[in-house]
Amino acid sequence: MEDTITTQDIIKNGELVFEKTSCLTDNVLSYCPGCGHGVAHRITMEVIDEMGIQSETIGIAPVGCSVLAYDFMNIDMQGAAHGRAPAVATGIKRVYPEKYVFTYQGDGDLAAIGTAETIHACNRGENIVIIFINNGIYGMTGGQMAPTTLEGMQTSTSPFGRDVERMGHPLKMTELVATLPGTCFVTRQAVHTPSAVRKAKKAIRKAFENQKENKGLSFIEIVSNCNSGWKMTPVKSNQWMEEHMFPFYPLGDIKDV
Amino acid sequence: MAKVRGTIIVDVEKCKGCDLCVVACPTNVIRLAPDVNGKGYHYAYMENPEACTGCVNCAMVCPDSVITVYRLKPSKTEAATA
Repeated sequence: MEDTITTQDIIKNGELVFEKTSCLTDNVLSYCPGCGHGVAHRITMEVIDEMGIQSETIGIAPVGCSVLAYDFMNIDMQGAAHGRAPAVATGIKRVYPEKYVFTYQGDGDLAAIGTAETIHACNRGENIVIIFINNGIYGMTGGQMAPTTLEGMQTSTSPFGRDVERMGHPLKMTELVATLPGTCFVTRQAVHTPSAVRKAKKAIRKAFENQKENKGLSFIEIVSNCNSGWKMTPVKSNQWMEEHMFPFYPLGDIKDV
Repeated sequence: MAKVRGTIIVDVEKCKGCDLCVVACPTNVIRLAPDVNGKGYHYAYMENPEACTGCVNCAMVCPDSVITVYRLKPSKTEAATA
């Protein structure tokens, strides 16, 4: 076909099929190039935008790489002490039961220092959404071993690989909280391919719908990369994630009541 | 033969050149530019814009939401050509 259509024609006559949601601010994300946090932020905010609940949503930012989430999410946000986001969310949700409350936490925050808060919030069945970004490492502080670090995985504090004899086994938080009666929807997703992003977005949408219906706590794990911490390029880290993370952290719904 | 045409606009200064959109593009439209932006990143650009179908895959995986996608349906393609 003879190409006579210019980019300007497509923009002028065509339809806008994708643009950044207004629920994200115009600040440049502080994350490393290729980090899954950016996509996780975006799909969360797209869900809030599509549900029209921007003014009724309160997010809890964790400590970790996403500590500055309140600079990027154009909604009401509250910071929390390290790991205590589910406890803060519990308080906010009980004071404002009509608001949508979610926490956005990394694995160091949720699975290490905040294990108690996470498990008890899940066990109480607080009507909140927990979004858990699992990259198997403490990304912000320089790639130290986290509870979720895979067996044999090299990090700056386990340079010869995680030895389960001395360092314990990796912790599957999502399977753990799925056994608790308070959770209504527990799923594990990823954001490394377009189809995975769409599935993860659907899961987040479902979690917020559950909160609307007062069904209980929805827990969404997003297996993500940490290319800086893993010392790989973004593309290679996504491949590594598929090869190594997914066999141990299989994607899919674990509990759906 | 009329086909769906698409195009993307990359916010060059916010692009971090992570290469994920290049891998995600099914029609090999996107490349990283030899030039760099203000922060020193090789930003994404359309190497062969004719092949773009506006499938939104690049925008889906872009961590920094720097890609805006437009799509032109075949019926309108003819109108635009005429």
